[in-house]
Amino acid sequence: MAETESLLETPLAGLHRALGGRMVAFAGYAMPVQYPAGIMAEHLHVRSAAGLFDVSHMGQAELVGEGAAAALERVTPADIQALKPGRQRYGLLMTQDGGIFDDFMVANRGDRLFLVVNASRKHDDFALIESVLPAGVTLRRLPDRALLALQGPGAAAAIGPLAPALTALSFMGIAETEIEGIPVIASRSGYTGEDGWEISAPAESAEALAKLLLALPGVQPAGLGARDSLRLEAGLCLYGTDIDEATSPVEAALTWSIGKRRRMEWDFPGAERVREELANGTARVRVGLRPEGRQPARGETMIHAPGGETIGSVTSGGFGPSLGGPMAMGYVARSHATDGTPIELIVRGRPLAARIAPMPFVPHRYAR
Amino acid sequence: MPELKYTQDHEWVRADGDAATIGITDHAQNALGDVVFVDLPEVGREVAAGEAIAVVESVKAASDVYAPIAGRIVEVNSALTDDPGLINREPTGEGWFFKIEPSDASSIAALMDESAYAAFVDSQA
Repeated sequence: MAETESLLETPLAGLHRALGGRMVAFAGYAMPVQYPAGIMAEHLHVRSAAGLFDVSHMGQAELVGEGAAAALERVTPADIQALKPGRQRYGLLMTQDGGIFDDFMVANRGDRLFLVVNASRKHDDFALIESVLPAGVTLRRLPDRALLALQGPGAAAAIGPLAPALTALSFMGIAETEIEGIPVIASRSGYTGEDGWEISAPAESAEALAKLLLALPGVQPAGLGARDSLRLEAGLCLYGTDIDEATSPVEAALTWSIGKRRRMEWDFPGAERVREELANGTARVRVGLRPEGRQPARGETMIHAPGGETIGSVTSGGFGPSLGGPMAMGYVARSHATDGTPIELIVRGRPLAARIAPMPFVPHRYAR
Repeated sequence: MPELKYTQDHEWVRADGDAATIGITDHAQNALGDVVFVDLPEVGREVAAGEAIAVVESVKAASDVYAPIAGRIVEVNSALTDDPGLINREPTGEGWFFKIEPSDASSIAALMDESAYAAFVDSQA
């Protein structure tokens, strides 16, 4: 299609087309939004069996050298120095004034740190990290690696016989192993709320690996559409939509990602704002929303107090196939942020009754 | 059964006696994906040709549905409220949206026939 001509492709572009993937533009890449089964079926299959996602558009890199963990802490409030070998953690990259520059995953691979960042931010993220590195610490971009996500309650039974080292991991564990001779770095993590792995492999082996995983019992391809509805049911933020440079970790309810030691030392970018907000609270806070009935409220929908003033807006919203109803997340005034508080969503000029609701909307089922 | 006529908004129109039944095409439902909600117009409402009068929401996005002809809404398909998936399963049958009593019966004849619509869809690909 004409609109995808100037886009980048992942190493699996040919496979997506062969599988009937409907390609759309996402973060500069042509990516499959869905396959012929459709978003609903793909979503439900991930919750009941297992789905395979191509997330090769995301940025992968290694940070090597003496003091790499301390160096990375110059741009994130996560505790990187306490991260044990073989473990991965979620973190935020921060702006100087306390906004969220990006969110990312970082793993300790013993002699190096392994990073995965958002596709839309990878060039900026890597430049930011490089800008704070001391002599002797180097960021190595890994553009020649693909990233596959195998997600769902059936993932472990499917991959176990091929890669026992992966089923030996607990949630947020990471290991290097081989799958049928293909060297991979895989962490027991994901973006769906389900058990599963994110598997990094050399680009030249990506298609062979994907075909091998798709041939496992119960595994079906799943596209970006299902990835989005799954992550929203799981209450997980999408960078650029739910969090951005104007959003602080406290507003976004992501303070759990700030290390305890870091909260004593206050030595990260934006620490002043975070400290002040933790002490005094923020005007607005990220919450879950459950509209009554079946009508979804999408991003940018205004949120009103019942019959009254504007108290916030929706950042992500849609229909949860596993939830069987509409769901959204957004920011509201702290005075209206308690679970169960009735609010109105202004959809096409009409108020839609909804309530503040706890997230995740669908319980996480990680392998803890 | 009278033949279907089509619009550039990927809707179909079937003239049945005094009223015209209207829905979205198979091409449109396929592009939308799984439909989870429809917002239908009020019965009795006078509508203009091209006016957005209904909304169809898939898992992914919301889309407007337009009145292909001017007239009065005489019936809406309330079965869609409980089972919006009808639009995906039977877009030109049980998945119809609403019926319009045309203010000008000849306005239907002016719409595209099946081969003209097929050519239009190909030109959009």
